[in-house]
Amino acid sequence: MTPDTLDATFAALADSTRRAILARLATGDATVTELAEPFAMSLPAISKHLKVLERAGLIARAREAQFRPCRLEVGPLKDAGAWVERYRQMWEERFDRLDGYLRDLQQQDAARSRKPARTRKKRGLS
Amino acid sequence: MMTAKERLIVTLPSDNEIHMERTFDAPRALVFEALTRPEHVAKWWGCGGGVEQLAVCEIDLRVGGGYRYVIRKAGGQEYPFKGVYREIAAPTRLVYTQIYDVDPFKMHEALVTTTFDEHNGRTTLREMTWCGSKAVRDGMLQSGMEQGAAKSLDALAELLETLR
Repeated sequence: MTPDTLDATFAALADSTRRAILARLATGDATVTELAEPFAMSLPAISKHLKVLERAGLIARAREAQFRPCRLEVGPLKDAGAWVERYRQMWEERFDRLDGYLRDLQQQDAARSRKPARTRKKRGLS
Repeated sequence: MMTAKERLIVTLPSDNEIHMERTFDAPRALVFEALTRPEHVAKWWGCGGGVEQLAVCEIDLRVGGGYRYVIRKAGGQEYPFKGVYREIAAPTRLVYTQIYDVDPFKMHEALVTTTFDEHNGRTTLREMTWCGSKAVRDGMLQSGMEQGAAKSLDALAELLETLR
């Protein structure tokens, strides 16, 4: 997936109406009129949202049918989710290592405190 | 000691930002040190998969001072990062720039604001990364530090949940 495609996917998802439309389409195909029903919006306004979703590859619309029902395309959504998940995983691993390292530092510190006879090395902790 | 692992929470609050939150079982003075002293940072800032430690870790902890981190993979490929400290308020707040130091991405920098909140001896780290442009974000994407532009990750996660 290219950064440009990702841009389009995220831009399309950054709107609550469009997310609601996608959630509706997840339950089955629907026409523009059906999609407009839950929203206090004109058909042209809904059509605009659908165009954004279509350009982002998140939905597809039948070309020949009279009412051109919309269908959800899950590919880009899954890619976007996987992409954020990779970022999260990388930082989770990194912070887990930091977590373990902090535990080690504190254990070393505690061990030093238990041996007051020895010369204590200055930690420089503020 | 049996301690449940703390969760990392990642959210994308706006088109240019990414926010992370994670709690550590340590006082904040120590967490602050672990993020600002080279001998500590080198131990955990790597990328995993056998490259847990940094090959290069230099830190000049002064406002206007710089840092440089290099991840070196087994094949010799390097992922260099650098930046400049903008605000240092130990042990509560740290602001610095970050550049993925590879053409063509090194022309752009992100701004990272890290805060440290201590409660009952535990520290919550919050990190907000602000990317000025798509180019910055794409650089991070290529470096493996991928960042995005959804209204919020939670909204996306919720949506994905409905698709299962």
